[in-house]
Amino acid sequence: MPRTEFSPSIASRPTYAPLRPHGAAPALMLADAEGAEALLELAAADPAVMDRAHLIYIPAGAAHGPRLRDLGAKMYHEAPSFSAALERYRKALLDAKMGTQLYLAGTEGLIGQGLAEALAAGLPADAIQSEHRGSIARRMQCVHCKGITENVTTDPFTCSHCGLTLFVRDHFSRRLGAFQGVCVDAETPGIVPEMKEIKA
Amino acid sequence: MSALELRVAAVEPLSPLVTRFRFEHPAGAALPLFSGGAHIVVEMPDAGVLRRNAYSLISDPMDGSGYEIAVRREDAGRGGSRFMHTQVKPGDTLRVTAPINLFSLDLRAKKHVLIGGGIGITPFLAQLRQLTRLQMPFELHYAARSRAEAAGLALLPDLPQIHVHISEEGNRMDLGAILSGQPLGTHVYTCGPEGLIAAVDDTAARLGWPKGALHSEAFLSPPPGTPFTVTLKSGRTIEVGPHQSLLEALEAAEVEVNWSCRGGACGRCETGVSACHGRIEHHDHWLSDEEKAAQTKIMPCVSRFTGEMLTLDL
Repeated sequence: MPRTEFSPSIASRPTYAPLRPHGAAPALMLADAEGAEALLELAAADPAVMDRAHLIYIPAGAAHGPRLRDLGAKMYHEAPSFSAALERYRKALLDAKMGTQLYLAGTEGLIGQGLAEALAAGLPADAIQSEHRGSIARRMQCVHCKGITENVTTDPFTCSHCGLTLFVRDHFSRRLGAFQGVCVDAETPGIVPEMKEIKA
Repeated sequence: MSALELRVAAVEPLSPLVTRFRFEHPAGAALPLFSGGAHIVVEMPDAGVLRRNAYSLISDPMDGSGYEIAVRREDAGRGGSRFMHTQVKPGDTLRVTAPINLFSLDLRAKKHVLIGGGIGITPFLAQLRQLTRLQMPFELHYAARSRAEAAGLALLPDLPQIHVHISEEGNRMDLGAILSGQPLGTHVYTCGPEGLIAAVDDTAARLGWPKGALHSEAFLSPPPGTPFTVTLKSGRTIEVGPHQSLLEALEAAEVEVNWSCRGGACGRCETGVSACHGRIEHHDHWLSDEEKAAQTKIMPCVSRFTGEMLTLDL
């Protein structure tokens, strides 16, 4: 699956450039599903990028695992979900030294959470690259109850915590790694716009 | 400019070339507090010429009882530091600006590495107090040619995080060793000669450090040059002497220009150029390379001009 091209939006909406190799610098790589293809292309551009890489992959049903493993990263680990990978990812960030490059690839939920963890660990934003591949489903925070709903594909959608009907905004919280969902019928209860599929 | 009239409370030589000055409010009032890395601009009425030099504050940022600076005498300089060393006595009154910080700590950092060369140790003396109070991890590296010249030694507390590198004693600073293996979230601050700042930038780039984690301060003093003339919008012309900056010439002619650091770093005195027949000698760290090449802006605190005519938007 090729790199996703998102339509232009407000300044807070994250954009994702193609990953560029930083040679054999120490690297931490985190990818899910189709994000594997971004790492395969990265390694094809410069195989040395894997020499000191710690690669964590969340297949989420994709079949790229064996090819990623064969890239020869110094450490390779597969995890069933982001929350299952989180302890390892946090430990890797805790042990990392300045000069480490972070490569994030895959869905916006993974990139957003991976970015939030890395920034909280002190990694400067200019040491982090991200490339979007695969599903354009969004990780949404309800601004009313603060609950997170994963894999939102429609606008509006129903908050999985408080049940409000939420409008999908492009406002993105780097701290939470999530987009903001705002009650769509606060002024006119029950009058809800037609549900549409979220587009890139 | 908000200025304070302060009394010189103490003058103390720290080394053959470096002297510490302490300023206090004449009525004993508390002075505005500041943050580590801040500087003040001291006004020096020197035989008809009003000089203004920026000096980093070296005293405790949370201590409003006085401001302290350390001044290195530059005999080849334009005379400001010589005035401080030879004319200023305890009991004198001097005008200084309120503190301004162009070199503050990034408090999002997990650890701070401070690298000072020579008199470049000064901003770190105040930052050290701030970091100690905040209980943040840090290390400080102080490099000097010889122990006799290392005025900072008298001002540095005895802490295990402080490393002194005296090159004459074969203990040169190894930037590669300092910058290798620093934990994630470390920020580096460098103050000293341009060569030291460039060496830190090069070493950090080689080790893959992102630019956002690197901070530096190099105050320039206005370089001397050949005299030149500028024209104002009104058609009035102002002559700039060989040892005078354009900013000083404008001030002497009572043309109002906003300023802050007077060293080409802060950007406050940026002035538009409406016509340039010649070449602007840009000496600042503020304008981008493209802006410098366009010759439509000048920083009058440090930059000069050669050519036929320079017309300013003033």
